[in-house]
Amino acid sequence: MNLTLKIWRQSDAKSQGKIVEYPISGIEGDMSFLEMLDVLNEELITKGDEPVVFDHDCREGICGSCSLQINGEPHGPDRLVTTCQLHMRKFNDGDTIFIEPFRAKAFPVVKDLMVDRSAFDRIQHAGGYISVNTSGNTIDANAIPVNKDNADDAFAAATCIGCGACVAACKNASAMLFTSAKVSQYALLPQGQVEATDRVMAMVNQMDEEGFGNCTNTGACEIECPKGISLENIARMNREYLSASLKG
Amino acid sequence: MSILDSKIPEGPLADKWTKHKNTINLVNPANKRNIDVIVVGTGLAGGSAAATLAELGYNVKTFCYQDSPRRAHSIAAQGGINAAKNYQGDGDSNYRLFYDTVKGGDYRSREANVYRLAEVSGNIIDQCVAQGVPFAREYGGLLDNRSFGGVLVSRTFYAKGQTGQQLLLGAYSAMNRQINRGKIQAFNRHEMLDLVKVDGKARGIIARDLVTGEIERHSAHAVVLATGGYGNVFFLSTNAMGSNVMAAWRAHRRGAFFANPCYTQIHPTCIPVSGDHQSKLTLMSESLRNDGRIWVPKRKEDAEAIRAGKLKPTQLSEEERDYYLERRYPAFGNLVPRDVASRAAKERCDEGFGVNKTGEAVYLDFAAAIQRYGKEKALTSGIHNPTAEQILEFGEKVIEDKYGNLFQMYEKIVDENPYKTPMMIYPAVHYTMGGLWVDYNLQTTVPGCYAAGEANFSDHGANRLGASALMQGLADGYFVLPYTIGDYLSQDIRTGKIPTDTPEFDEAEKHVKDRIEKLMSGSGEHSVDYYHKRLGKIMWNKCGMSRNEKELKEAIDEISALRKDFWKSVKVPGNANGMNQELEKAGRVADFLELGELFAKDALDRNESCGGHFREESVEQDGEQKGEALRDDKNFKYVSAWEYKGEPKDAVLHKEDLVFENIELKTRSYK
Ligand SMILES: Cc1cc2nc3c(=O)[nH]c(=O)nc-3n(C[C@H](O)[C@H](O)[C@H](O)COP(=O)(O)OP(=O)(O)OC[C@H]3O[C@@H](n4cnc5c(N)ncnc54)[C@H](O)[C@@H]3O)c2cc1C
Ligand code: SF4
Ligand code: FES
Repeated sequence: MNLTLKIWRQSDAKSQGKIVEYPISGIEGDMSFLEMLDVLNEELITKGDEPVVFDHDCREGICGSCSLQINGEPHGPDRLVTTCQLHMRKFNDGDTIFIEPFRAKAFPVVKDLMVDRSAFDRIQHAGGYISVNTSGNTIDANAIPVNKDNADDAFAAATCIGCGACVAACKNASAMLFTSAKVSQYALLPQGQVEATDRVMAMVNQMDEEGFGNCTNTGACEIECPKGISLENIARMNREYLSASLKG
Repeated sequence: MSILDSKIPEGPLADKWTKHKNTINLVNPANKRNIDVIVVGTGLAGGSAAATLAELGYNVKTFCYQDSPRRAHSIAAQGGINAAKNYQGDGDSNYRLFYDTVKGGDYRSREANVYRLAEVSGNIIDQCVAQGVPFAREYGGLLDNRSFGGVLVSRTFYAKGQTGQQLLLGAYSAMNRQINRGKIQAFNRHEMLDLVKVDGKARGIIARDLVTGEIERHSAHAVVLATGGYGNVFFLSTNAMGSNVMAAWRAHRRGAFFANPCYTQIHPTCIPVSGDHQSKLTLMSESLRNDGRIWVPKRKEDAEAIRAGKLKPTQLSEEERDYYLERRYPAFGNLVPRDVASRAAKERCDEGFGVNKTGEAVYLDFAAAIQRYGKEKALTSGIHNPTAEQILEFGEKVIEDKYGNLFQMYEKIVDENPYKTPMMIYPAVHYTMGGLWVDYNLQTTVPGCYAAGEANFSDHGANRLGASALMQGLADGYFVLPYTIGDYLSQDIRTGKIPTDTPEFDEAEKHVKDRIEKLMSGSGEHSVDYYHKRLGKIMWNKCGMSRNEKELKEAIDEISALRKDFWKSVKVPGNANGMNQELEKAGRVADFLELGELFAKDALDRNESCGGHFREESVEQDGEQKGEALRDDKNFKYVSAWEYKGEPKDAVLHKEDLVFENIELKTRSYK
């Protein structure tokens, strides 16, 4: 395949960025999108140019590192995949592909296509945990049975990879899907109950402080989420938040 | 004479750990506030260690090269974690887990360490459940288990195919709690480039802020390295792209011995390489072998026709297929241990029977299972004369329920429907059992420098099992290291802050800066990846699943020549004062080029077949096991620990003899 890539280049957080055009050829359908960028980078390096910076690590859809807004969609045109799992066979010979970083006020650009998603970590620091001593004096794991449906739902929420596609997909750059997935995991487990009130308040407040927008129920986040995290989590978080606010 | 002191406590096996904990020195809680610990790496081992050390009251600084601790490579582990809980009542016990692990490691690990691992394994599950890790459950609300290859009990805890992810998020949440309390300071997107020693003790690190490019000094009373494995020395592996040996190698250069570098676990069920552009390999859970039958065509012409796209696998009849594992190992069939399955696949492909474009793949076929399950399901659904379509439909549904997510992943990558046409698989490098040599306290040969998880060598020997790496990482981090490090730190309660404006820090920083400058000033003929791929090819072809003296010697020479060329001609564009991913890669590959040579040297020394490594000179000559791997307990029942002396070729071998008092060494049997 021969393609035309239009890539956002920005040398650091303070500089202005711009779209630069790169023609590329010899791309095969079984390459992943990131392998296609590897090919481009190899060419750039050989020419003495600086390669394009992007985040990636596991390259199997689980670490949540890779990002990229591809033709306007987070993680590109395929559903339920991350960018590292997107394959070039989804594109056609002669295509022009726009590649940009995830855009959100709370995700400043680090360089080129790499953004700073540490706001997600700070939401978690605020309360994304169960306060249990880690030095080994816990009760037997089977002492508290957990309803299987709840355990499965908690697991489904916990599979969020923290990629930020939900934020990038949202016209308000809201972090509701991510935060609600975290809140839900603990809300559904008996172990997480004691702190439920404090947790949801602290996480939601931190989310607002980080500059994420409000949720207006557009649902774009769910469509673009590579892990199929469901909007039901947002509803659950809203219920938790409401009852927490009432408790004061 | 060996200078290695493993510090294994005296006394009966089952009492060693308790006794040790009761007698080692403790640090008074008030004094812990005055002690700093650096933890490099935030995977399962580092994340759990950091959280627990902070919980105990130490001031902890963590480092990782990703943007968040939650993205450490542990996140990718799929299958599960072992623990001797005996919830299934099938006869499991600490002793059995210990026994299986020592045997699975081909008797090349320390008894005392492995027993301790088994002993604390149950506690890991308790800890994780309390932290909200959503393990799989049964309808009664209790935890579910499955069994993993090579053992007779059901002791593997899991969270679908995402066990590593859930365990890591658990450790990360424990870290978050300590970050919120101000007890952990997390330095993400930071890479450790050197270890700093003061008066012979580890007292800090030099790190690079990967965003600003700044070189930073960080001091502490002790340094814990939990930086993962070095499988990426092969370039293609199932490891994350950033996984590297740098921190361990820097420590090695500062005096920490490197143990068993040649032990690599090769996994038989990975998605094969499709072409030269490929950047990494994807693992498909081993559980697939429970239902899939492995085969290649019997005739070379058929294999050639398949490779050329002229013949489809489904067109070959039963008689035209070679179910080589069932043929060679009737007792185990498709469930032979990982190394046997891997080697047999490579052997068939080397002989010209491979079935994908590159000739490096075998089939994993579910057609028989679909038929079997389909008929059964039809019967239990009350259909006594099912049509072929009904059987297929029922059967595919059963397979989907069991392996649906894996089949979907395969289809995404390969673009073929594995329900309709057999999957293609090939072995790939998966994880490394070698690492920094540590004593029973997990201390390296540099006082104050500890190593945990995949970064150390302990507990696995030449492991051929699954689900034990996660267990070891969390055992080290939650339950072992936080105790044993106290013994060392109890000497430091009056030391006070370690200053960073000392000649030792100056020297280490200068060393790091010189090295970066040298990397940036190559003549620019080839990219970093060019060297990495070439190294990978040498490693895979000559230090991979099967090895011989001649090729290992060639590998040593080739790697050494490649390294020289790298330092002369590598091209690192951009500059060092800011984000520069090529520079990061260059630093890592530079270290792989040294480790690779030591790896080959270690493999050359170990003239026996053990674990996943087939040494062509060490083969059973006769009897029932004729032609199979031959372990040599008389001559090689030791841990090899290499001391750095400049070039890898000059490294000095120290041997820790392994003593087995509680287990009788047995020959492996496959038939
Ligand atoms: C695909 C796959 C599936 C697996 N499945 C299983 C399984 O089912 N069961 C099982 O038991 N095991 C499994 N394993 C093995 C297991 O996942 C690993 O052995 C284990 O997770 C290693 O954990 P760790 O904490 O030692 O290191 P890692 O999780 O690799 O963490 C390394 C950390 O060190 C940091 N780091 C590295 N170098 C530096 C540096 N120079 N400076 C700063 N930070 C640095 C990284 O940022 C990271 O935080 C699997 C492995 C793979 C590849
Ligand atoms: S909710 Fe989905 S899109 Fe958002 S961070 Fe989690 S996995 Fe990514
Ligand atoms: S690189 Fe890990 S999810 Fe894409």
